[in-house]
Amino acid sequence: MLHTKSFVKKSRAGKITKVVREHYLRDDIYCGASDCKLCDSKDARLTASHASPILVIDTNVVLNQIDLLENPAIEDVVLLSIVLEEVKNKNLSIYNRLRALCNSSKKFFVFSNEHHKDTYVKQMEGETKNDRNDRAIRVAAQWYQTHLSGAARVLLITNDRENKRKAVEEGICAETIESYVKSLGRPDLLDQLVHPSTEDVNMEEVEDLRPSKRKIIYSEHKPMSEITSGLHRGIYHQGKLRVNRYNPFEAYVGSESIGDEIIIYGRSNMNRAFDGDIVAVELLPKDQWHEEKSLAIAEEEDDEEEGVHLVPGSADDAPRTTSQCESETTLASSRPSGRVIGVIKRNWHSYCGSLEPMPLPAGSGGVAHALFVSKDRRVPKIRIQTRQLENLLDKRIIVAVDSWDCLSRYPSGHYVRTIGEIGDRDTETEVVLIENDINSRPFSSQVLACLPPLPWSVSPEDLSNPIRQDLRHLRVFSVDPPGCKDIDDTLHCTALPNGNFEVGVHIADVTNFVHPGTPLDDEASQRGTSVYLVERRIDMLPKPLTEDICSLRADVERLAFSVIWEMTPEADIISTRYTKSVIKSSAALSYIEAQARMDDSRLMDPLTTDLRNMNVLAKIMRQRRIERGALTLASAEVKFQIDTETHDPLDIGMYQIREANQMVEEFMLAANVSVAEKILKEFPLCSLLRRHPTPTREMLEPLLRTAAAVGLNLDVSSSKALADSLDSAVGNDPYFNKLIRILATRCMTQAVYFCSGDLSPPEYLHYGLASPLYTHFTSPIRRYADVIVHRLLAASLGIYKLPTVFQDRPQLTSIADNLNYRHRNAQMASRASVELHTVIFFRKRPTDAEARIVKIRANGFIVFVPKYGIEGPVYLNQKSEKGGGEWFVDEQEQKIKKMDGTLSFSVLQAVNIHLEVVEPQPNRPKLQLTLHI
Amino acid sequence: MEFVSPEGLRLDGRRPTEMRQIRAELGAVAKADGSAVFEMGNTKVVAAVYGPREVQNRSQLLNDQALVRCEYSMANFSTGDRMRKPKGDRRSTEISLVIRQAMESCIMTHLMPRSQIDIFVQVLQADGGTRSACINAASLALADAGIPMREIVTSCSAGYLNSTPLLDLNYVEDSAGGPDVTVGILPKLDKVTLLQMDSKLPLDIFETVMQLATEGCKAIAKELREILLDNTKQLEFRRGG
Repeated sequence: MLHTKSFVKKSRAGKITKVVREHYLRDDIYCGASDCKLCDSKDARLTASHASPILVIDTNVVLNQIDLLENPAIEDVVLLSIVLEEVKNKNLSIYNRLRALCNSSKKFFVFSNEHHKDTYVKQMEGETKNDRNDRAIRVAAQWYQTHLSGAARVLLITNDRENKRKAVEEGICAETIESYVKSLGRPDLLDQLVHPSTEDVNMEEVEDLRPSKRKIIYSEHKPMSEITSGLHRGIYHQGKLRVNRYNPFEAYVGSESIGDEIIIYGRSNMNRAFDGDIVAVELLPKDQWHEEKSLAIAEEEDDEEEGVHLVPGSADDAPRTTSQCESETTLASSRPSGRVIGVIKRNWHSYCGSLEPMPLPAGSGGVAHALFVSKDRRVPKIRIQTRQLENLLDKRIIVAVDSWDCLSRYPSGHYVRTIGEIGDRDTETEVVLIENDINSRPFSSQVLACLPPLPWSVSPEDLSNPIRQDLRHLRVFSVDPPGCKDIDDTLHCTALPNGNFEVGVHIADVTNFVHPGTPLDDEASQRGTSVYLVERRIDMLPKPLTEDICSLRADVERLAFSVIWEMTPEADIISTRYTKSVIKSSAALSYIEAQARMDDSRLMDPLTTDLRNMNVLAKIMRQRRIERGALTLASAEVKFQIDTETHDPLDIGMYQIREANQMVEEFMLAANVSVAEKILKEFPLCSLLRRHPTPTREMLEPLLRTAAAVGLNLDVSSSKALADSLDSAVGNDPYFNKLIRILATRCMTQAVYFCSGDLSPPEYLHYGLASPLYTHFTSPIRRYADVIVHRLLAASLGIYKLPTVFQDRPQLTSIADNLNYRHRNAQMASRASVELHTVIFFRKRPTDAEARIVKIRANGFIVFVPKYGIEGPVYLNQKSEKGGGEWFVDEQEQKIKKMDGTLSFSVLQAVNIHLEVVEPQPNRPKLQLTLHI
Repeated sequence: MEFVSPEGLRLDGRRPTEMRQIRAELGAVAKADGSAVFEMGNTKVVAAVYGPREVQNRSQLLNDQALVRCEYSMANFSTGDRMRKPKGDRRSTEISLVIRQAMESCIMTHLMPRSQIDIFVQVLQADGGTRSACINAASLALADAGIPMREIVTSCSAGYLNSTPLLDLNYVEDSAGGPDVTVGILPKLDKVTLLQMDSKLPLDIFETVMQLATEGCKAIAKELREILLDNTKQLEFRRGG
C-alpha cells in the first residue's frame, strides 16, 4: 500500500521548499509475540502471557527511565518505531542504549508501527506533531490488544496524564511507570525510578524547615535563543567545560572565539555545568578576574583535603599547580575568567561512587534522601532518594544524574546499580574500570568466531606463501619481563662474513588473524589497548590470540612481521628490509636471565654471543640517540609482589631497569622509526604516527622554579640543552639527579597518535626521543595502533591492499583520537590500580620511609616517597588553625620554618615520613602521611 | 545517518531489495510516433520518439545505419525548488549520451540506413533514479513507435548504504553520497549495455550490488513486457480483431 507524505520544509538559508516523500505501508510487519498464530514468529522475542503483560512504552518514559529499562526485571517491552525516532531526535546516547537493549538477550521488540498498514496514523488538521505521535502510540497499543486478543495483557506505560486519559477512554489498559513498578513489588526497582522534577521541589520544601533560607543558589540559564544570538554577537563564548581534576572548583573552557582558555572559578560561576558539557560562557569584567580566585578558596573549605596519590607520570596526570596563581598575581589579568550562562549540551552520564555517610533514619524501609559522592572529584555531590539506605551505605554504587534545579545546591539523580562493598579489592577494581570507561566484558561470540580453530600451527600454505619468508633457521629469541605470556617481539643478531651484523626485530603477525571489518577488528579498535592492572590484565584481543597463536613463544613456529637491518659494528644502518616471515624462537628469556647471561663471562654459547653483540650495538645506538638530544626521563614506577592465593600485595618496590631492558628498548625504537619512515614515504597522507609535542616554557615553569630554589640552572631551550643540563645536575645526594628527572618528566605532555595528513611534517617530531618520526609497530598484541601500522606496512610492501578506512581521513583521525583516549584511560586505570593496592598494602603495615619534599605549601608540604612511588601532602598545621600556627612559609625561597627557628624544611630536602592507613569515616580508608622527626 | 533500520526497513518503508511501485502508460504524446510515461515511485518521466525519418542535418547522415539522437531534459517543476534548468548543461548532456548509447545497442539501426530516430525524454518529477527511469521510458516509447529492436533495454540502480546493498535508491538515499550503481541490460540476451557508478566501492561488494541492480532490471523487464502486451491487446481489441 502506498501513501505519500508531503510537508513543507524551511532550509537553513531560509528558503521554503515542499518535500514529497513516499511512505510504504506494509502487511508483513509482525507483532513479535512468540506464540502468535497470525504472524511469522521467526524473529519473535516477546512471550505473551497473562501473568506478565506486554508493555508498550511512550517516549517520555524511555527518555527518563532508561536505567530502569536496563534492569533485567523489565521484560516483554514493545518499542514502537515512532518512540525510537523521537528518542533519537531528543537524546542520541539514550537511543544508543536503547538499541543495545534491543540487541541484547532481553525481550525487547521493535515494532515498526509507522510502516504497518493498520497502525499508521495521518496527522489530522490542527493536530500538533506531539499529539499525533501520542495517538500513534495509542493506536499501536490498541492494535496489539486486538491482535493478541486475549492471549496476553497489553499495558500502555505513559506518564502523560492526558495521554493516559485518552488511552483509558479508548479502552486501552494504561498505567504510569510508577504505579507499574510499584505493582511489581521490588524496592530496588523503585530506587531506579526517576522522579519528576515537580515532585522534587516539593520534597525540598519539606526538607528545608526554614523556608526563608530557600534561596536561588544558581542563576537561571539563559534561553537557547538568547545564547545563540549572544554567540553570534560575540558576547558569549562557546566551549567544552573541563573541570580541574584536582580542584573541582576550577574549570576551564577552551574557547575558539577568544583563542584562549577561560577560567571559571567556583561552583556558582560554573552554574550547574558538569565536566564535558558544552557551555556558553560570559566573560567577567576585568577587575573581577582575580577577585574570583579568593572567593573560590573560601568556598573550598568544606571540601576534603588532598589525598595521597601516585607520582604523576606526565603533565597530563599532574594537578594544575595551584602555586601557579602565586606567581600569577601579576599575570592574573592576562587569563580571562568568566561564568557559565547556559548549557548547550549536557554530558551527563552515570557516575561511580558512594553515599556520604549519614545516620540511618529511625524507621527503616522508608524513602530516605542521601548525598552521593562520586569517586571522580570533578563531579559534584548528587542527591538521590532511596528505600534501601542501610544496604547502600557501605557500597560502591552507580548513580545517574537527572536534573539540576537552580534552587538546589546539588543535582538530583537516581540509583542505577550496586557494584559491591567499599574497600573490597574486586569492587574497587571494577570502579577503576568503570571510571576509565574500560570494557572488561568477555568477548562476544561473534568476536570469538573470528579466531582460527585451535590448536593452531603454522600450515604448509603459510610456508609456501610467496609473501612469507622462511626464517626458521635463524637463532631468534625474546627478552621480556618474567612471566610474560603475550610475547610480541623477538630479536636476532647474526654476524655476517663481511664483519657487519644482520639484526632483526620480529613482531607477532597479528594482522594475519585480525582482518579489517570483522567483529574482532571492530572490538579491538574500540578497546584500543590492553589494560594492565596490578592483579589482572584486560586484553585487547581474545586470549587464544594473545597467549598462544600470536605469542612468539620458545620452540614453536610462529608467523611474524620482520624488520631486518644490516648494521656495521658502529651500529650504522646500511640497509633495511621488511618482510612477513615464519620464525621459530629458540629461547624466551626474562630480563634477568638475559642480563645474567651477558654478565657471566664463562658463558660462550652462540645465544649469549648474540646477546653481547646486540648489547654493544644497542649501547652505541643509545649513545647516539642521547647525543641527538633524546631525554632520559625517569618515572617512579613501582612493582608489586602479589600473593598468588589472596592476590593481596606482599611487597612493593621500585621497578629496576637493567641493561637488557635498555637493549631491547633500543631495537624496538629503531624498528619503530624504520617503519615510520617506510609508511610515511608510501602513504604521506594517511599514516598513523606518534608525536610528542615540544613542551612550552610555561609548562616547564614548575621545574625551573624548583631547580632555582636549590640553586640549579636548567637550560630548556631545546631537548638537547635540557638533556645536557639534566645530565650535569648532580648534587651531593645520589638520588638528586633522578628526582630532577622525575620532576622534568611530569612537566611534559604525553605523546599522542595522529594521522599524518592532519599535521605538517615539522609537527611530527617526537621530542622525548628526539626523533623526527616515530610510530608504534612492535606490540600489535596489546596496542591497536600497531595493528594499523602493520596494515600500512603490509600495504606499502604491496602484500595486501590498503583497507578502505585509510582513504577516509576523518575516520582515521577519529580512530587516532580514540586510541589516544583509550591509551590515556588505560594509563589512568593502571595508576589507579597501583594506588588502590598501595592502600591495601599499607593497611596492615604502618611504615616509616624516607621522602623528598617536592613542593612547599601554606600549611605543609608535598612529599615524594621514592621507595613506594607515591606522593602526598604532609600537614604541619592542623586544618582548623589555617594560615597561622607555629610555622612560617617563605614561598619565594620555597622554605618552611618553625617560628622558634628550631626546624626548617626546604624543597628537595629529605625527611622521614610515617605512612599509615587511617579511617576518618567508616569504610573510607585512606593513606595518611605524617612527619616523623 | 541510518538508512536501513535494524528492523530491515528503509526510510520509506521498503526492504533493501524492494523496488518502488512501477506504473507505465503508452501513447502519452499524441503527436509523436511513439511515446510513453514511466513512473517509479515519485520519479516520473515522459519519453517521445520521432522517426525513423529523414535526416535533418545532412552532414550527420550515415550511409549504413540510422542516426539515433537523444535529448534529455528536466522540467523546471520536477524538483522541490522550482528553478530554470538550462539546456545542454554537463549533466543533461552526459545523460543524453548515456541514454543514446544504451538505446543504440538495441535498435536495429542497420535496417534503417540514411534515416534518423529522435528520442526526447523529459523528467516531470525527480525522486532519484532518473537515469534508469529515462531508459525504461525510452524503451517503451521506441516499442510504441514500432521501431525494430533486438530487445527492450531496461535499467535499474542500486546502492550501498549502512553496509547493505539497496535496490532502486530514492532521492534521499541517492543524496547520501554513497555509491550509486546504474545498470542497463538486455534481459533476454543477458548483456550489459550500461554500467555507471558514482563514488567508490570495494570490488567484492560491487559485484553483489551490481548483481542486485541486474535482478532489478530483470524484474522491470518483466513488468514492461506485461505493459506492452496489455497495450497490444488493447489495440487489437480496438481494431475489432
